[in-house]
Amino acid sequence: MSATMETIRQVEEATGKYKYGFVTDIEVDKAPKGLSEDTIRLISAKKNEPEWMLELRLKAYRHWLTMEEPDWAKLNYPPIDYQDIHYYAAPKKADGPKSLDEVDPELLKTYEKLGIPLKEQEMLAGVAVDAVFDSVSVATTFREKLAEAGVIFCPISEAIQNHPEMIKEYLGSVVPHGDNYFSALNAAVFTDGSFVYIPKGVRCPMELSTYFRINEMNTGQFERTLIIADEGSYVSYLEGCTAPQRDENQLHAAVVELVAMTDAEIKYSTVQNWYPGDENGKGGIYNFVTKRGICKGDRSKISWTQVETGSAITWKYPSCILMGADSIGEFYSVAVTNNAQQADTGTKMIHIGPRTKSTIIAKGIAAGKSDSTYRGLVRMMPGAETGRNFTQCDSLLVGDQCGAHTVPYIVSRNPSARIEHEATTSRISEDQMFYCLQRGMTEEDAVSLIVNGFCKEVMKELPMEFAVEAQKLIGISLEGSVG
Amino acid sequence: MALLEIKDLHASIGDTEILKGINLTINKGEVHAIMGPNGSGKSTLSYVLSGRDGYEVTGGDILLDGESILELEADERARAGMFLAFQYPVELPGVGGMSFLRGAVNARRRDEGLDDIDNLEFVKMVRAKAGALGIKDDMLKRAVNVGFSGGEKKRYEILQMAMLEPSMAILDETDSGLDVDALKIVSEGVNALRGDHIGMLVITHYQRLLDHIVPDHVHILAGGKILKSGDKNLALEVEKTGYSGFIDAA
Repeated sequence: MSATMETIRQVEEATGKYKYGFVTDIEVDKAPKGLSEDTIRLISAKKNEPEWMLELRLKAYRHWLTMEEPDWAKLNYPPIDYQDIHYYAAPKKADGPKSLDEVDPELLKTYEKLGIPLKEQEMLAGVAVDAVFDSVSVATTFREKLAEAGVIFCPISEAIQNHPEMIKEYLGSVVPHGDNYFSALNAAVFTDGSFVYIPKGVRCPMELSTYFRINEMNTGQFERTLIIADEGSYVSYLEGCTAPQRDENQLHAAVVELVAMTDAEIKYSTVQNWYPGDENGKGGIYNFVTKRGICKGDRSKISWTQVETGSAITWKYPSCILMGADSIGEFYSVAVTNNAQQADTGTKMIHIGPRTKSTIIAKGIAAGKSDSTYRGLVRMMPGAETGRNFTQCDSLLVGDQCGAHTVPYIVSRNPSARIEHEATTSRISEDQMFYCLQRGMTEEDAVSLIVNGFCKEVMKELPMEFAVEAQKLIGISLEGSVG
Repeated sequence: MALLEIKDLHASIGDTEILKGINLTINKGEVHAIMGPNGSGKSTLSYVLSGRDGYEVTGGDILLDGESILELEADERARAGMFLAFQYPVELPGVGGMSFLRGAVNARRRDEGLDDIDNLEFVKMVRAKAGALGIKDDMLKRAVNVGFSGGEKKRYEILQMAMLEPSMAILDETDSGLDVDALKIVSEGVNALRGDHIGMLVITHYQRLLDHIVPDHVHILAGGKILKSGDKNLALEVEKTGYSGFIDAA
């Protein structure tokens, strides 16, 4: 756990402000504000998409028009004006990712500032990165090396061109466009994202990562990620996100689909650090995301790990459909909210196949005037013979003006299935604080130490490179929450 | 110059005055024991000295190395050399014993403008000091004080003291919750830390701890005041007559 101390040091160094709030000054090619069939045709044309893709988009759009924005989450925000958003913004000249030498130096600088130096990353960290800037992917590293192993890692816009058969088969197969309001919106207007295919029996030789950055004002980001792990393969995928500090709210509505075949394993980790808004709740990202994976084959496994520290509003339930016999779903989550942030997050575990197993560990930390809700569904279908679920939801309150809520939905239609749910709510006690202070630690160090201890079970699931960043983030997010 | 000078110290919790004019001077190299019945203000004294919130100093002063520490926060006092071994050490779920020690050590180093301690050096240092207290590696991997036995908790307190090398250590009822064997180990640990560089204030209800940690001076505290001071024999007197004898005499 030396990373904890590392955190504390880095927290001290940080100014306590959102570090990634800068804006990159770059010429952009933007669609006019507003959403219509014309907007969709424009996006599709910009991407030079085949006719079938445009048809899919239009179908999703027409469906979206008939739907209503969900209001069941414990979230409060003014109505979103979908006509007041740009649905496409791309740095000029970037008509698609190319070799790193051709990437606009201004963009490389941006990613360097974000701690994702695309060039150095390539040499040092051994993590392949797809960098998505507003609506387009601007760079993907390590592609050749991955190609040697047969791994496809590319922007999804490129996959539509080069791997149409796979896109046709799997896009929308886990999250159909009609699934919910935001998935329909995404299916209509998604602009880019990552596509991953791991062939049979291949253990992906490096961590794959996508780094999402919203830069333009009044622009929504609608990315789409599709990961397919073929029989007996393994992949670990990381996702990171930041955005400039702006007074207006910005919309982020992503869809992520995972498909795990027989004996395949997908580990998907997120460190979400969208701009959370200021201490009075002005500005910040509205994060409405649908993430779902299907364990299609027997003994397959999907594991979601998320550390959510950013966004003004978080609405997100990474889920697993456990179809294959003996398949396993996992969800590890830390959600930190401070100031006026609101998070309604959790998971869904749908047990279909026999002997399927799922584990949910959710840690919510609320500080300031924020509100944090865990909402989770565990459903045992009739075929989930001796299915098992274990859920643990812990909430930690910092201060006396925040709220933590746990809303579990449990449905069992198989009498041999076993479901366990444990939940606790606690606060950082004055005793704990004094104990740490008496050993010489500052209040910030003490809170960071106690909170990271509280999240330990989840943090240890993160890949090493991310764990340090995540611990640091948690410390920063909670700054100013004591005293 | 005295290490710790407590001058006519008055302190309250809310409207209730607990400490009613305490005077006490501790020099480096000395071990003082404060004995007193329940409710005499022993624990309050330890919290007021270490700067815990919720206690208001209404009069007098506390000097550490000649300077008043009344305006210092608890963490600042700690970094200035004040250490409190807790009567009831606090559980920190998920925080590993090693991480906690490292955090405490580095907090002080940073205050002194030093770099964080080298990891290897740190582990070596902990192992050596932990070994002397009979603390196994396994215990340090567990979360701080979570599921520790009474003896383990107190040994971990003394280990922290050994790592932080305070100039002024307050041991608050270190004997509570210990059986005879554990008491011996903990006392030996404390005795090993005695020396010219440190002053100690041992707070206890019972004389038996003072058989193991033999004090230079003993003070009887009751009703928020020191009623009598003397050498170690005073503790034996208490054992014989009980506190009532002193309180009645006062």
